[in-house]
Amino acid sequence: MAKKVLMKGNEAIAEAAIASGCLHFFGYPITPQTEISEYMAKRMPKVGGLCLQAESEVAAINMTMGAAAAGSRVMTSSSSPGISLKSEGISYIAGCDLPCLIVNVQRGGPGLGGIQPSQADYYQATRGVGHGDMRLIVLAPSSVQEMASLTAEAFDLADIYRMPAMLLADGALGQMMEPVDFSAFPKRELPEKTWAANGHGDARGKNIVNSLYIDPKVLEDSVVERYKRYAEIEAKEVKYEEYMTEDADIVIVAYGITARIAKSAVNAAREDGIKAGLLRPITLWPFPKAKIAELADRAKAFMSVEMSMGQMIDDVKLAVNGKRPVTFYGRTGGMIPSVEEIAKEISALAESL
Amino acid sequence: MNRTKSLDSDLKKITVICGHYGSGKTNIAVNLAIRCKAEHPERLISCADVDIVNPYFRTADAKDILAASGVIPLIPEFANSNVDIPSLPHRLTSLRAENIGDNECIVIDVGGDEGAVALGMISRQLGEVPHDMFYVVNKYRPLTADPRDAADLMREIEAVSGLRCTGVINNSSLGGETTAEDIIDSVEYARECAALCGLPLLFHGYYEDLLPHLPERFKEAGLTDETLFPMRNVTKKLF
Repeated sequence: MAKKVLMKGNEAIAEAAIASGCLHFFGYPITPQTEISEYMAKRMPKVGGLCLQAESEVAAINMTMGAAAAGSRVMTSSSSPGISLKSEGISYIAGCDLPCLIVNVQRGGPGLGGIQPSQADYYQATRGVGHGDMRLIVLAPSSVQEMASLTAEAFDLADIYRMPAMLLADGALGQMMEPVDFSAFPKRELPEKTWAANGHGDARGKNIVNSLYIDPKVLEDSVVERYKRYAEIEAKEVKYEEYMTEDADIVIVAYGITARIAKSAVNAAREDGIKAGLLRPITLWPFPKAKIAELADRAKAFMSVEMSMGQMIDDVKLAVNGKRPVTFYGRTGGMIPSVEEIAKEISALAESL
Repeated sequence: MNRTKSLDSDLKKITVICGHYGSGKTNIAVNLAIRCKAEHPERLISCADVDIVNPYFRTADAKDILAASGVIPLIPEFANSNVDIPSLPHRLTSLRAENIGDNECIVIDVGGDEGAVALGMISRQLGEVPHDMFYVVNKYRPLTADPRDAADLMREIEAVSGLRCTGVINNSSLGGETTAEDIIDSVEYARECAALCGLPLLFHGYYEDLLPHLPERFKEAGLTDETLFPMRNVTKKLF
C-alpha cells in the first residue's frame, strides 16, 4: 500500500482492523456503515480471515462473543438501531471479561430514525449499552485518520483490560473521504490470552468463559474486581485534544465530526476577538473530567456542542461541578450544525458574560 | 488524448461515469457537464445522479452549482433524505431513444463498484442511443491501487451494468492533500490501467484551485502530451 491512501472512514476502520490482526468480523448490513462489511468481505479472504454476514445483529454479537472467548481478535459493526439489538450480547461479553471491538457509526434516532449522521447514542455508549454494572471503553474519532488509528488503539485497550471497546463514530465520518497513513500506529505491549477457551491438547486445565453466578457474593466479588480495572482505566487511559484553551474565556466541548466543525467556529470567534477554545474528548469513557475541572478554574463558561438534544453535556456539567455555566447547542435527527450556527452561539454566549 | 479539447464532438447523447467507490466520479461527472455547457451553451446538458449505494456524498449535493451553470440536475426524489431506498430520477427510468433531443446530452453519475447495477434496468434503452461509458481510476484508493484490480473491477461493472466502457479517466487524488507529484506519479498507473482495460486513456483530472500550476509541472516532468482536465471540487464541505 502507498504511504498515504484515500479512504472512506468506514473503509479505514476495516483496513485498520485487519492491519491490527483482526481475523474475525461478524456483521449485518445497515446504512451508514455497510462499507465496513463490504470491505471486510473483500479483504478478509485474502488475509486468511473470516467475514461473515450473520442473519441478524443479535447473531453477529453472539458470534463475536464466541470468537472472543476462543481468544481471537474480533470485531462487529453496526449503526444505532443495530447496536440496540446487540445490547444483550454486549452485556454478556462484559460479564465474561472478553475483549472485542464494537463499532457504532451513528445515525438519527430514536426508533428506525433516519440514515443521516447523529451523535444521539452518547448515553447508550457511555451509560446504558447493556444491563448490569458495566462499562465500555468508548473512543470517538474525528477524522478518517483517527477512524484507523483509534480502531487499532481500541483493540489494544480491549485486550489489555479484557473488556469490550466501542468506536463511536457517525455517518458523516463513515462516509467522508480523507487521506490515511497506515504506517505509524503505536503498538502496545499485550498480555497473553491465558484465559481463552481454545484447543490446548490437555496442556493445561480447562478455561471457562461464563457470566452466570449462582452465589450472589461471588457475583459481587467479580463485579468489584472488574471495577478495579475500570478505575485503572479512568486513571490511565483518558485522551483528549485541546485547541486554544490556554487563554479561553469560552470552552467548547465537542467530539467526533462536531469537533471539526466547532474548531472552525472557534477560529471564526477568535477572528471576532472572542477568546474561544475547544476541548475534544477522544475517550468518551473514560471522560476527561479532571481536564475539564481544571479548565473550569480559569474559563468563564462552557458550551457542549453535539448532534443530539444534549447528552454529553451531563458529563461536562458533572466535571465543571457548578463552578461555571454550561450551555448547549446542538442539531439532531440527522442535521449537521454549521460553522456559522456554532459561531453565532459562541458570540451570543460571549455577550451574555 | 485530446478528448477535453473539443467536448462537443466527444460528449455523446449519453455519457456514463462509472468507477470504484470514491474514485471521484461525482466530481468528474459534474465538471464534465459544466465544462460542456460553458463551451456549448446551445446544447441541452443534464447531469443525472444514479447513485443507489451512497447515502451522503453524491451529485445531488451539487444541484445548485449545476443549476447555476445552466446544467439540468436530474436528482432522485429521495436523495439526501432519510428514505433508505435506491431510487432513480424518473427522467432516466422513462428514457427512450426517441425522447432524447439531437442537441441533448445526459451525463450520468453512477454509484461505485457494483452500484452500476442500477444501469441494468435502462441499459437496453441506453444501448440504442449514442453513448460512452468512462471508467474513473484513482491510484490512491487501496482496493484499485493495483492496475490489475482496477481492470477486474471495470469488468465487474460492465457485467452488472450491461454496458461496455469506452475510455479511462485518471482522477488520482488524495483529496485536499493532493500534490502535483501525486498526480505525476499516477500517470504510469493510469496508462497501465487503460492498457489492461484495452481502452484509451482520456485525461487526468485535477483540482484547479488546489494545484493551479499543474500544467507547468507536467511539462517540467516531460509529460508534454498528456491532457489535463481542470476541475472544481463540488463535494459537500462540513467544516
